[in-house]
Amino acid sequence: MATLELTDINQGSRLIRIKRLLRELKLPWIPITILTILVICSAFAPLLAPHDPQDLNVKERKTAPGTTWEFPLGTDMLGRDMLSRLIYGARTSVFISLVALGAGALVGTIIGVCSGYFGGRTDIVMMRLVDAVLGFPTILLALIIVAILGAGILNVIIAIAATVWARFARQARGEVLSLRERDFVTLAVVAGVPATMIMWRHIFPNVVNTVLVIVSLLVGQTILLEASLSFLGVGVPPGDPAWGIMVAEGRDTLVNVWWLSLFPGVAITIVVMSMNFFGDWLRDTLDPKLRRS
Amino acid sequence: MIRFILMRIVQAIATLLVLSAAVFFGAELTGDAAIAMAPGDAKQSEIDAIREQLGLDRPVVIRYADYVFGIVQGDFGRSYTRRRPAAELIWERLPNTLQLAGAALFLSVVIGIPLGILSAVKRDSIYDKIGKGLAILGMSAPQFWVAIMLILIFGGWLQVLPTFGKGGLDHFIMPAFAIAIFTMAGFMRLTRSSMLEVLDSEFVKFARIKGLQERLVIYKHALKNGIIPILTFGGVSFAGLLNGSIVAEVIFAWPGIGLVMLESIRERDTMVMEATVLTSGFLYVLMSTTVDVLYAYVDPRVRYN
Repeated sequence: MATLELTDINQGSRLIRIKRLLRELKLPWIPITILTILVICSAFAPLLAPHDPQDLNVKERKTAPGTTWEFPLGTDMLGRDMLSRLIYGARTSVFISLVALGAGALVGTIIGVCSGYFGGRTDIVMMRLVDAVLGFPTILLALIIVAILGAGILNVIIAIAATVWARFARQARGEVLSLRERDFVTLAVVAGVPATMIMWRHIFPNVVNTVLVIVSLLVGQTILLEASLSFLGVGVPPGDPAWGIMVAEGRDTLVNVWWLSLFPGVAITIVVMSMNFFGDWLRDTLDPKLRRS
Repeated sequence: MIRFILMRIVQAIATLLVLSAAVFFGAELTGDAAIAMAPGDAKQSEIDAIREQLGLDRPVVIRYADYVFGIVQGDFGRSYTRRRPAAELIWERLPNTLQLAGAALFLSVVIGIPLGILSAVKRDSIYDKIGKGLAILGMSAPQFWVAIMLILIFGGWLQVLPTFGKGGLDHFIMPAFAIAIFTMAGFMRLTRSSMLEVLDSEFVKFARIKGLQERLVIYKHALKNGIIPILTFGGVSFAGLLNGSIVAEVIFAWPGIGLVMLESIRERDTMVMEATVLTSGFLYVLMSTTVDVLYAYVDPRVRYN
């Protein structure tokens, strides 16, 4: 006999509810797995890598991948294990990209919020500057800054941060322009709250959401930029293993020792792709308004 | 309209001035050309003599004004390491870069747009899926790595294409392709989404109801409207092509501006560095101003922004 049962959507054991939530979110599983591996590699590099990446084994240099278990991905010209260098390189690339991106996001957001809140001439001048920087070729801009400042990790971070801040500034300013007119801001102004506190307490938290989404969208580009700079020799100092440098090192003996350049490049591509997918998903989930046409 | 154009030109000049000042003063603060030029064991008096000879002992602001005046007359200073006027160097190398960038743009458009149309027209089919996948791959793979892989496959293993230098048409293929991949992917995605939007619109539906052949619908009606954002992207993508040409010139030893720029940075050849940076900046500003003016011409709303 059929009975009509009304089911409450929130019913079910905890496990079932979690499963339903996960299904609705449509998480991009493959990118997430790859990114998790990346994070684990970066954080636990010394534990995971089978060898010291700087360890020279001149006898075993130029071993092809897949020939021995000791060096599963082969060795380079100086006998350093490829797998270990890849794992350590993940750490360098991720570190630099995240720090640079974070710094650029911070500076850009602050500039955008101030510019949008105070308006006037400063706003116009700032936005012209932002426009100029936004369109300017990224590698060119980073190269100019590295040319002026010189080599070294800090300067690379500054250079990369200088290429990304404009995106945040423009976005933040746009949001602030609309937030500024909202009631809770007007009330705070009338109550005599100083401008800095208004920006900090009321405006900033509302802007953070979009900032996070933009960060996730830009990580891929940042990693590519860092790799390109390292490849050109103006990035990370040559001692540290970084993926870009590894590709550059493989150039001279390309035909015979092809795996030197292949693996770091594949690693970069996979990571950037995962970042792009993840950023797209994040944007679609959190704020569909940001979708460009 | 005229006012808009004049304003954009003024802005362009301002941007270039700011750029030249930034590079000039930046290079000033972080390196002493006299020390760089003098042989390693030079005495202080010799370094001072060189400094005086090069005119480096005058106040910075005066030197900057001198520099700008020189540029207007076409004098970009002399290269310290190559002992030639910088302007000569640029004049020699710039056409090569432009040719390469042009070839890359051509490839991107000729391959990217048709693929985008195909992807849009056969939406969600196997062509679409492959197209989308390739596009994402193209935008994620590092350009320098793609270039090196191309060299490995076509220059090393198959030995069908030359791997360095400038020469005949076959020398163009790999570098142009390596640069073009990123922009190609961008064109493909943009064309696809733009076409999808247009194909959904009323007048396309009407053309189909009328009974027009599908081919006419796509090319004569849909494409003409969908092409507008693609045109703007074309102008904007110039920045990406400039980027790519720096990397490609290094890898393929292409005698262009990018290579000179990189070398001058490494050698701290200040005058050449400033000259190349300014030239690239000028090219970029020229392109973006042109695109803005064209866009304002096509879409009157932009003029009153």
